[in-house]
Amino acid sequence: MLSIKDLHASVEGKSILRGLSLDVRPGEVHAIMGPNGSGKSTLSQVLAGRENYIVESGTVTWDGQNLLDMPIEERARSGLFLAFQYPIEIPGVSNAYFLRAAVNAARRHRGQPELDAMDFLKRVKAEMKAVGMREEFLYRSVNEGFSGGEKKRNEVLQMTLLEPKLAILDETDSGLDIDALKVVADGVNRLRSPERSLIVITHYQRLLDYIVPDYVHVLSGGRIVRSGGRELALELEERGYGWVKELAAEQNGSAGKGPDAARPGAAQPAEKGAAA
Amino acid sequence: MSSTQHWVSEFNARGAQLPGSQAPWLASLRRRAIERFADEGWPTPKQEAWRHTSLAALEQQAFGPLAQVQAGDLARKVRRGEAGYWLVFVDGHHAPELSEVGGLPAGAQLLPLSEALAGQAEQLESLFGNEADGASTAALNLALASDGAYLRLARGVVLDAPVHLLFIAASAGTASFTRNLVQAEEGAQATIIEHFVGQGSGASFSNSATRIRQANDARITHVKLQMEDEQAFHLGALDVEQSKGSVFNSHSMSFGARLARHDIVTNFNGDHCETLLNGLYYVNGRRHVDHHTQINHLHPHGISHEYYRGVLDDTSRGVFAGRILVAPGADKTDAIQRSDSLLLSRLAKADARPELEIYADDVKCAHGATVGQIDENSLFYLRSRGLDEAYARHILTYAFAAQAISRVEDPALRTRIEAAIRTLVPGGAELGEVA
Repeated sequence: MLSIKDLHASVEGKSILRGLSLDVRPGEVHAIMGPNGSGKSTLSQVLAGRENYIVESGTVTWDGQNLLDMPIEERARSGLFLAFQYPIEIPGVSNAYFLRAAVNAARRHRGQPELDAMDFLKRVKAEMKAVGMREEFLYRSVNEGFSGGEKKRNEVLQMTLLEPKLAILDETDSGLDIDALKVVADGVNRLRSPERSLIVITHYQRLLDYIVPDYVHVLSGGRIVRSGGRELALELEERGYGWVKELAAEQNGSAGKGPDAARPGAAQPAEKGAAA
Repeated sequence: MSSTQHWVSEFNARGAQLPGSQAPWLASLRRRAIERFADEGWPTPKQEAWRHTSLAALEQQAFGPLAQVQAGDLARKVRRGEAGYWLVFVDGHHAPELSEVGGLPAGAQLLPLSEALAGQAEQLESLFGNEADGASTAALNLALASDGAYLRLARGVVLDAPVHLLFIAASAGTASFTRNLVQAEEGAQATIIEHFVGQGSGASFSNSATRIRQANDARITHVKLQMEDEQAFHLGALDVEQSKGSVFNSHSMSFGARLARHDIVTNFNGDHCETLLNGLYYVNGRRHVDHHTQINHLHPHGISHEYYRGVLDDTSRGVFAGRILVAPGADKTDAIQRSDSLLLSRLAKADARPELEIYADDVKCAHGATVGQIDENSLFYLRSRGLDEAYARHILTYAFAAQAISRVEDPALRTRIEAAIRTLVPGGAELGEVA
């Protein structure tokens, strides 16, 4: 479904991703963990198509297409969804208008008829109840004056309505108290299906208590330095990120020795994927 | 003949026939006004208040005598069957067949200025204005204004529907000088909407002055919808005198004309005065719009909130200059001033000039100005939800402008302004209900 190979990317001339590889297949949940500055958010921005993130080399194949050639909106319509770490406030545009425009853009792409205002409202109100949002949030400007938790719920609401094939949750847990975290996680879990994949980017393991991943990858220095199952997240929680940085430094040190040595961590997730 | 001389000789030819010329005070006031204009000529960019706005194109334009033109269709189109009190002016002259002012409550008087001057000129003297006020363009209006509206509201009179003043530039090459006088006695309330429209009339010239005097606790909302043709020149002045406890709200919507200049001055002559100056402008092509505002906090406990928004496309230019004076002793003043401009093109230009002069200690004054393009983060967010780029840009442009509308209380008026914005901003017609 999504295959990232040896991805190098930079922002403002600074190299952030340095040879990241990852394969995600239908129905899989991948967690990406890592210390601050390891490139977690850069990965999500590059996948969503943020224009000031420059891809230097590598490939990203998405449903058989070259993702990196697709405009931002094409990626979204074809089923890629990014839940923002910091959702954007858009004064003057009601949430209802925004949500309906997004839903109808996806429906047009799939060849489905657009939802009229009545059908849309029926649908959105039901979903809002499920993520614990009051109806008034429909009539307020997009994210304007929303608390951190309300913004994250609004992201999950969008994800629910858009029914993506692959959702990337970029630090969706940051700034949430435990109750909000549970609501958000419930919303995400309701979307899990054999066809739908998730990439969960997080700094802390606690989100993974609620959204249980199939694979955990540790990102450091712009590459995946270690991959494993759920237990890897617990290990990180226990040992902190210090040893990860050492691991990254070690692997960087060996990078000069040959092409194979350069990507031990990167090769791992593919193997894991194949074994699953 | 220079443009200045043209208007002086116009005055010499027509002055004696202007309505109210039988009143010696008015004849002499007009004489002093045209003398000031003859003396100073048109304002030039050498003057601080006109630094960004050149009237050279207006000076070069020739304006001829009036022709009789039908404007009924346009008047009905603007009115859209809306109730209220309608006074219609075609090329600066009252059109009784298009006006409808019946049903006013007792104590309210609304009539064309030409009639008021013919019948009760002496009552207007104190309201009429002074030749030394404002720019030389204001003096030109004072000398040549032949019509406009006179509205008087006795103590406690509240108008249940807006007064609409519709000014139609009907024929090419005509100049209109209109003057509106509003006197609101204690506690009176009204909404006055000035519409300026053209019917494909090309280079017309509107020079308009509105003077509002509010007694204690009077509440006046003034709206200007400037939607003249793209070749038109528009010079407008709004002068307000507020007494204790009065509330004045202005919504200045400037969408038309090749060059539009709006001067707004309000004086707080008692304590606890309030004013809202809300403005929105849109210019494209090579058009130019300029708002100059001045709020004089002369007494304590005054509140003034001022918000201007501009959307500028192509090589257009927008100017905002806002002066707030807080005089000695005007303590507990609460003043906010904001100017935000959205540039849709790299060649459009916006100037914002806040001027705060504060001579009192215990005051709250805030000001801020932004000039920017469409926010990249917002654009990315919308596109990441599947909205194509052009559509996302249209939404964000409309939303930027529409935020000025949220301050307009009257729903019918909001609908009018929204409709106007939709026809202007790119892609606006297809957007639906964004807010």
